[in-house]
Amino acid sequence: MTLTEDGPRAATAPHEKPGMRLTLRIWRQQDASAPGKMVDYRLDDVSPDMSFLEMLDVLNEQLIMEGQDPVAFDHDCREGICGMCGVMINGRAHGNGLHEGHPQTTTCQLHMRSFKDGDVIDIEPWRASAFPVIKDLAVDRRSFDRIIQAGGYISVPTGTAPEAHAVPVPKKDADFAFDAATCIGCGACVAACPNASSMLFTAAKITHLGLLPQGQPERDDRVVNMVAQQDREGFGGCTNIGECSASCPKGISMETISRLNHDLLGALRAGVRPKS
Amino acid sequence: MVTVTTQSGQRRAPKAAKTSSVFKKVVMAVSGIILVLYLIAHMIGNLKAFSGREDFNHYSEWLRTIGNPALPGATVLWIIRIVLLAAVLAHIWAAVSLWRQAKRARPQGYVTRKAVAQSYASRTMRWGGVIIAAFVIWHLLDLTFGAVNSEGHDGSPYDRLLASFQNPVSTIFYAIAVILLGMHLRHGVWSATQTLGQSNRRREVTVNYAATAFATVLTLGFLLTPFSVLFGLID
Repeated sequence: MTLTEDGPRAATAPHEKPGMRLTLRIWRQQDASAPGKMVDYRLDDVSPDMSFLEMLDVLNEQLIMEGQDPVAFDHDCREGICGMCGVMINGRAHGNGLHEGHPQTTTCQLHMRSFKDGDVIDIEPWRASAFPVIKDLAVDRRSFDRIIQAGGYISVPTGTAPEAHAVPVPKKDADFAFDAATCIGCGACVAACPNASSMLFTAAKITHLGLLPQGQPERDDRVVNMVAQQDREGFGGCTNIGECSASCPKGISMETISRLNHDLLGALRAGVRPKS
Repeated sequence: MVTVTTQSGQRRAPKAAKTSSVFKKVVMAVSGIILVLYLIAHMIGNLKAFSGREDFNHYSEWLRTIGNPALPGATVLWIIRIVLLAAVLAHIWAAVSLWRQAKRARPQGYVTRKAVAQSYASRTMRWGGVIIAAFVIWHLLDLTFGAVNSEGHDGSPYDRLLASFQNPVSTIFYAIAVILLGMHLRHGVWSATQTLGQSNRRREVTVNYAATAFATVLTLGFLLTPFSVLFGLID
């Protein structure tokens, strides 16, 4: 079955045609300490209108019916905004770049129309020592939480929000800060990076807060402590290859990394050292 | 969502925690810039071969006597050599240390992995660097010390140049190393700009084009002399 992006949908009503037949090769691993392996599954009658995760739901229903252990994978909102889902699909984080002209997306927003009948799809978890496998495709990303805890915040009293217009922010800065703030912390950058580096994630937060007036008081401490924490978690170093940005469902730019480096050098020159 | 408790707790803090990976990148960038400045001077110096035996040997002699008579002997040359050696060692230290960190960061690789953004240049930075280092050792033994050169140490620099590059095998090895160096610089110039925090979305395209242009000019400049010797344009 051939699918065209702008072909008339009505002509290919899903009920009248048999769905796609797929071979899934999925990483199965009982727990963090057990060795894992790729296991083949056949799935018939997959509708091109299904999302990738719905396709995995169908597989899991089939596995449960057969009395087998369903495949564990993370997901939550299924709207591409929570950052919970994320697997390597045919060697690409979230399957980004699988479909010509396909916008960068999260796994949940990838649809089966990006595949064709007879495809073999390899599905693996994010691989990084800082993202240990919990089970099958689910990985533990709390290392990201600890990077945020190291400085990815501003210390202000909560309560009644002040008048927004009281602190003017240049439009250019506000826009860029917002672009950086769209990071959902899915971990695709680490998964795609040849060095398993978390630079794009950390840099997005540094950029987001560093561009806004509220982020200034803690700017130096923030960058020094967040970078120290990402090293401590066992992430790799950045070699500016750009796989992260190209795989990011939110399109966080490489400029954020340059900004992190700039801020870090400034902070180190100012004598700021990481908290041990 | 499953709640998970990990027994291992906090993962071991590697040495990287004490020396920031970004700091290592800065060491890499700054030492790289020193080496690039040297390469520009070296490439221009090589082109002296086109102005003939006498000029070339005279230039070579001048390198050993810069600053004379205010400074004795080869003082300036030795300062340059020490700075270069320090830069090379710093560059290698940062590279090896970050390479090991990257290995630790992903002990288990993917069964299937498809790159979406990496270039041949960025992929070959590490092994390319190893090959370039091996070439530099051979290059010094050949043209500086004359140890592997048929003219030996007693021949003039111009004679050693001819002896080395009239041999096609030697010229091809040189060409391969210089092309690898060109690719190393293509990614290196861009990467150093990023590492030193001097890039942004507006400049990104310009920096990348400039890096490609610079690497191409430098590579061609380096290839000009040996191939001119090989094809008898310089004799």
